[in-house]
Amino acid sequence: MQPEGVDPFIFGITVLVLACFVGYYVVWRVTPALHSPLMSVTNAISSVIIVGALIAAGPAEGNLAQAMGFCAIVLASINIFGGFIVTQRMLSMFKKKR
Amino acid sequence: MTDDISAFLYLISSVCFVLALRGLSSPDSARQGNIFGISGMIIAIGTTLALPEVLSYEVIIAGLVIGGAIGTVIARKIEMTALPQLVAAFHSLVGLAACFVAAAAFYRPEAYGIGQFLNINTASLIEMTLGLAIGAITFTGSIIAFGKLQGIISGAPLTFKGQHFFNAILGISIFGLIILIVLDQNEAIFWSILALSFLIGILIIIPIGGADMPVVISMLNSYSGWAACGIGFTLGNSLLIITGALVGSSGAILSYIMCKGMNRSFFSVILGGFGVESDLTNAHQGSDKAIKSGSAEDAAFIMENASSVIIVPGYGMAVAQAQHALREMGDILKEKGVNVRYAIHPVAGRMPGHMNVLLAEANVPYEQVLELDEINRDFSQTDVAFVIGANDVTNPAAKTDTSSPIYGMPILDVENAQTVLFIKRSMASGYAGVDNELFFRDNTMMLFSDAKKMCDEIVQALN
Repeated sequence: MQPEGVDPFIFGITVLVLACFVGYYVVWRVTPALHSPLMSVTNAISSVIIVGALIAAGPAEGNLAQAMGFCAIVLASINIFGGFIVTQRMLSMFKKKR
Repeated sequence: MTDDISAFLYLISSVCFVLALRGLSSPDSARQGNIFGISGMIIAIGTTLALPEVLSYEVIIAGLVIGGAIGTVIARKIEMTALPQLVAAFHSLVGLAACFVAAAAFYRPEAYGIGQFLNINTASLIEMTLGLAIGAITFTGSIIAFGKLQGIISGAPLTFKGQHFFNAILGISIFGLIILIVLDQNEAIFWSILALSFLIGILIIIPIGGADMPVVISMLNSYSGWAACGIGFTLGNSLLIITGALVGSSGAILSYIMCKGMNRSFFSVILGGFGVESDLTNAHQGSDKAIKSGSAEDAAFIMENASSVIIVPGYGMAVAQAQHALREMGDILKEKGVNVRYAIHPVAGRMPGHMNVLLAEANVPYEQVLELDEINRDFSQTDVAFVIGANDVTNPAAKTDTSSPIYGMPILDVENAQTVLFIKRSMASGYAGVDNELFFRDNTMMLFSDAKKMCDEIVQALN
């Protein structure tokens, strides 16, 4: 996945720096009225950490790492479901003039 | 599924997350943005489940169902006024999940291809322990923030002597331990890093007062992103790095906006101790000055004869759950031909955008809700400024009194309106511990009551 000869860390840093720029410009365009939904949706998507948890819980044999992965899956999914639903609830309240 | 295909799907998922944030640039596109966010998450989870090393579906599905059910119930039941503490609680979960993932990677590095137990690649080990430390700080810090917002822990800043020195020592120790674990990988050091990070998370948030919570929540939001980022580096997963960076920069920008709204530097907020109930000489100074107080009938009379009213809500409105009564009052005034608008200060409430959500919940159309710089100039052509549950954000001392702790904070210029109606339960000073000279102005009428009760009474008087 990485270009040959480039350290994965350098590759990661490249992605990180570019993503920070994207984040910077996208977030400044968010209207202040929607700062609360911004917090809850970023909270939901930061639970993408569940990817790491799924890999930990993945192997067929049970062990300590799998148990930890399971705990992480539960916590992250509370966040994913909770975060997206509460964001949806908030956004559905923002209405134009009737 | 090959690595190339999964990497590509992770890229699509990252793009979905960017679009989710992009959608929030306007309320019209925001719901679509949320759909993008959900799609991105489904793609991310689906792709991971299809990886060849992920086999134990029973365990995974059980976890997803348990977590999903809990999250769904909480999100559906929660009152909108409790939103700040809900967000704080959710942040703590991301932090703890990051700790679990880091620990799983430490005990079973083979699963992530980063070495063997106690023989992990140096770079991965540093990234993992950083992710662990940030996750742990996010966890305990958010728990404390949750406790303060929920009222379980006193909202007053708790400070002790040598606090900053102690925190600095703790911080340095954590970095020292990370260096140690690189030199000598063992479990004891790993768990010590976790323990110290838990402790520093508590100590960082404990000295910060209730009204600085918008900054704290944004900061913890940012941390939860950086924790995901650290784990992303450990796993060599671009999706986690990109998402972590998006969330991290979002939280950082919100913290910056909140600090600017209070004219405070980020460091002065973090160092804490602001809003300590200092000896109240300052607050009592004004007690012999004359104030004008009025009843709901007076307020109703003034407002129905006005041509324009600007309503300034603050945290007190949320506490009193007055948003619905307030909207009803606004509707009646509008029917009577009064131009009613709402003015929101960036730090009103306990989290960024808190007031906007509460007003939206009460069905106030969002076109009528304006930000500080959009509406501030209009106060001078306004008949009535109606302040409900806000205090420091309207205090003219911020512009004139260089000795005031809130000096330099941008405020809503309500004093320029013809008449200021100010709902307050008592003459107690605001959060910053300063008297609001607005109370003693000739054009101010104080309405001493609970915010919700006052709105209800005004509605009655208007009918």
